[in-house]
Amino acid sequence: MSTVSEVSARGAVPQPRGGITQSVRDSLVVAKRNLIRMLRIPEMVIFGLIQPIMFVVLFSYVFGGSISLGGNTDPSMYRQFLMAGIFAQTVTFATAGAGAGIADDMHKGLIDRFRSLPMARGAVLTGRTLADLVQTALTLVVLAIVAVIVGWRIHAGFPKAVAGFALLLLLGYAFSWIGALIGLSVRTPEAATSGGLIWLFPLTFISNAFVPADNMPMVLRNIAEWNPFSATVQAARHLFGNLPADYPVAAAWPMQHPIWASLIWSVVIIAIFRTLAVRKYRSATA
Amino acid sequence: MPGAIYAEGLVKTFGDVRALDGVDLDVPEGTVLGMLGPNGAGKTTAVRVLTTLLKPDRGRAEVAGIDVLRKPNEVRRSIGLSGQFAAVDEYLTGRENLQMVGQLYQMSGRAAKARAGELLERFHLTDAADRPAKTYSGGMRRRLDLAAALVVSPPVMFMDEPTTGLDPRNRQQLWEVIRELVAGGTTLLLTTQYLEEADHLAHDIAVVDHGRVIARGTSDQLKARTGGERVELVVHEREHIAAAQQVLRGFGKGEATIEEHIRKVTVPVTGGAKLLAEVIRELDSRGIEIDDIGLRRPTLDDVFISLTGHAAEIDEEAADGDGEDATKGAKGAKGKTGKAGRTGKKNAEGTESAEGAAAKEGTK
Repeated sequence: MSTVSEVSARGAVPQPRGGITQSVRDSLVVAKRNLIRMLRIPEMVIFGLIQPIMFVVLFSYVFGGSISLGGNTDPSMYRQFLMAGIFAQTVTFATAGAGAGIADDMHKGLIDRFRSLPMARGAVLTGRTLADLVQTALTLVVLAIVAVIVGWRIHAGFPKAVAGFALLLLLGYAFSWIGALIGLSVRTPEAATSGGLIWLFPLTFISNAFVPADNMPMVLRNIAEWNPFSATVQAARHLFGNLPADYPVAAAWPMQHPIWASLIWSVVIIAIFRTLAVRKYRSATA
Repeated sequence: MPGAIYAEGLVKTFGDVRALDGVDLDVPEGTVLGMLGPNGAGKTTAVRVLTTLLKPDRGRAEVAGIDVLRKPNEVRRSIGLSGQFAAVDEYLTGRENLQMVGQLYQMSGRAAKARAGELLERFHLTDAADRPAKTYSGGMRRRLDLAAALVVSPPVMFMDEPTTGLDPRNRQQLWEVIRELVAGGTTLLLTTQYLEEADHLAHDIAVVDHGRVIARGTSDQLKARTGGERVELVVHEREHIAAAQQVLRGFGKGEATIEEHIRKVTVPVTGGAKLLAEVIRELDSRGIEIDDIGLRRPTLDDVFISLTGHAAEIDEEAADGDGEDATKGAKGAKGKTGKAGRTGKKNAEGTESAEGAAAKEGTK
């Protein structure tokens, strides 16, 4: 048996690689760690699936016959319209997951350990958001299958549909940076979960996700049309070919150019919240 | 030349609480400094500053000759940190935890894997290596945490209350590991609430209270200043007090004091248990009946009372390893401004002795 000092002599401190290579590598190491955690706590992934599946079923069958799209109340048409909204709502729920995970790491002292290591400074958060992105993608796959079962179809061809899902994932990734900032700012994982969810309800409901915005009061309608969330929903509907032919498109710029609006919003959110979260991380105190 | 850990005038305030109030430290390479103090004394805050986790408001610090504030990332390559609570990912296995830390120290995947295997073996965790850490006992987790701090064999180690909450057997095991580590040349800063722990492990002890180093010296020096050992006895009959005092005076190194109402006589002594046996024989031969007798050694409380004029105030609530200990404890202490005068006076003595100790190290 070797003594500690003998063992000690073998561990040499490697030179840092520095720069972007190190950032990417460190982020992947942390992402791998978070993915292993997800596999070991499968109930978290499963609970994350139940809610959107319930929404798909409830909205399809409860509201399906009552909502008029351009004067048409055909339930099967509402189902086409609805799915992009539920997909988008689901990806934004990644906010709560990222927030709770990071708050938990703070609470358990892991953030201290990471901060005392010579690793790239954004890597703990980037690793977390990348792992969440993988989880969100898996959730979307399951959800899309359920949607197809209740009658949802893609009408604009496969490549465009892939682009639609890519925009949804980008939005989810952007929102997980908001979650990261929340997770670093609150004291307990529980607070991060509720802090990550509460504001998502008004955000996703005052939008075009579940009903067309044109029937809303003027103030709400304006908010809904400029809501970053609406832009992605509208873009996804376009790319899936889920908009009825005679569906009236609002005059607001994001509704006229939803794909651009969606991209711009997501990139802006990432730029702002990543900067704030990384700054917060550097001075984080358990 | 400054030591492997060097700090000068560190000040850190949280709101209006001064968690560090001008801390100076100098730990020569290859030695162990024990930072001794109650919760809220500022120990954890000092460790957090030295390990780049917290920026001080004022002062400067060097670890392994590198400026902590200017080059934090270079410092991080030279240190290992083992915290108050085992900071391991409980859903990862022991092996996965160590591999991850190795990779984040910028080792290659293969090197990190090999290193993880070595450390698991050394810390008797091979059998549990592929189980998630949440199945580990408290002692095993603490060993895994320590192993994580040793992945790159850092020249400077920080351990913040490494044995708090461990049972005696696990504490002994951990002490053994720490001794081996130091024998291998590692410089160590260790914080503890236990004088005994500092006694066993540290070459030098810094007593910290209210964010200041109030005394510094070896364990023997501190105990000597505290008054050393004493014999305490309680006689059965009130009229035997005077006779008992006379006996103790014969064995003691100083004046035997009497607490009449509890029939207790106390005298400072040197000579330990052997002397105690002699005292008992002598009392017996004179027919003095006793209810209780004992040899008392200085405790953390004694050191504290002697150095600061107030008790150590170990806060049970804060002792659960919460990261905010420093803030909480310091807040608790804030109301006691009445004692500030006395503490201040002792500070002057503490500084003097610290300089004395430094001078002595210089001549070695």
